[in-house]
Amino acid sequence: MSNISRRRFVKVGLATTAGVSSLAVAAKLAHRYGLVPPDSGGIFGPGETLTYAAHRIFSQHSLAREFPRNMISKDPFANSIAPLSDGFKRLQSGGFADWRLSVEGMVAQPATLSLSDLKTFPVRSQITEVVCEEGWSYIAEWIGTPLHEVLKSVGVLRQARYLVYFSIEPDWWDSIDMEDALHPQTLLVWAMNDVDLPVSFGGPLRLRLPRQLGYKSVKFVTRVMVTDSVKGFVPALDPNSPNYGYSWYAGI
Amino acid sequence: MSSTAPQRNQAPRHTGLIRATHWITVISFVALLVTGVEILISHPRFYWGEVGNSLTPPLFKIPIPSSRFTVPSGYGYVLPDQNGWSRYLHFEAAWALMLAGLVYFIYGLWTRHFRRNLFPADRTWAAFRRVIARHLRLAPPDEADARSYNVLQRITYLLVVFVLFPLVIWTGLAMSPSFNSAVPWAVNALGGRQSARTVHFLVSVSLVLFLVVHVLMIAITGFTSRMREMITGGAARSEEHS
Repeated sequence: MSNISRRRFVKVGLATTAGVSSLAVAAKLAHRYGLVPPDSGGIFGPGETLTYAAHRIFSQHSLAREFPRNMISKDPFANSIAPLSDGFKRLQSGGFADWRLSVEGMVAQPATLSLSDLKTFPVRSQITEVVCEEGWSYIAEWIGTPLHEVLKSVGVLRQARYLVYFSIEPDWWDSIDMEDALHPQTLLVWAMNDVDLPVSFGGPLRLRLPRQLGYKSVKFVTRVMVTDSVKGFVPALDPNSPNYGYSWYAGI
Repeated sequence: MSSTAPQRNQAPRHTGLIRATHWITVISFVALLVTGVEILISHPRFYWGEVGNSLTPPLFKIPIPSSRFTVPSGYGYVLPDQNGWSRYLHFEAAWALMLAGLVYFIYGLWTRHFRRNLFPADRTWAAFRRVIARHLRLAPPDEADARSYNVLQRITYLLVVFVLFPLVIWTGLAMSPSFNSAVPWAVNALGGRQSARTVHFLVSVSLVLFLVVHVLMIAITGFTSRMREMITGGAARSEEHS
């Protein structure tokens, strides 16, 4: 072996070792500070982890843009939904008077709230944009109860890390981290543009996260569950979920 | 040492870092292009301003079928949805491209690569005329071109490196709802989210045009030697350019 290639061999070897060990340290730190999303496995894991970690470091507390009233879309587009279940239709025929939101999991006092119970909390109204992963968007005024107000009232336990939320419709659920669950703009929306939230837009109750793509804003919410693990509740990894194969963190 | 001496007497046409970042960019760009087309198919309509959807008039439409039945594409069928993996790969490739671009940019400033090799050395109209005339005659590159870029190449590369790539990254980020919450001016300065999406598309088309011409020029001036220069760095030998 000639001198030059031996020197080169040592150099490349040292660089590789340094690279691999710094990656290992970075991975360990990322895990410790909650910068690794639950769908970090597989070939898309590194990109997904970089995206999620970057947002958790740089934009954890930032607020989604809110717009002036004159920018509210005259043509909001209600995306298609699967035919509604009999359970939903029963509640709909009763004017949603019996609609209940169950708040459960790692909370001090689990609660079951009707829509009028929800309206006794402080109300937040925000004019934000709905952004679909397909590319289209619209702006609407969303009125509802901040999720953090509800969570505060039931007392979230210290070990809580994620929130899983369920639609009344089968197989429709999703999960977010506690940073997003407690974000001031994360709303349990029950009104839109000054009317009760229309069914086509997720009424009577929709969880809206304006800092993530539309598919994270599950319609017809009846249950939220605080947990320390999202194992089994990651749509990206669940073939039954309509969001199967779609990244868990949709803030991009 | 002695066995490799003849080649090593000449500096490589492209340095190792340029070659590495070049090919990372190539792989990322192809991945971004394929997945970008897949994402585009789910809504092949473009708008200007902040909002736009199937109920609002488009700025222009791409006359292709869509992977969503909610889009009025004019076709009687719907293509299969490939957005899940396409989106994962699009953003992963975007990271690779951005990081490679960052390394290349710092290196280019540090080693004065941009100033020496990309900023036009001969900025006279005569130089322009000479190069354009030669292209119009379809004449082969002259001896100087074998070792450095001519004025048209330099301007094109500057445009790609300092305008098109930064613009495509900026408009891409401006479509991220979470990025926009942290840096709202990034999208507002572009005139809104849908404007950002439209510019992202148009810049991508420009980059594809660049790619086509780039590969065409390589094919014309000697595909094998050009590829060798960019893969192994192998110094150019003049007879291959004739």
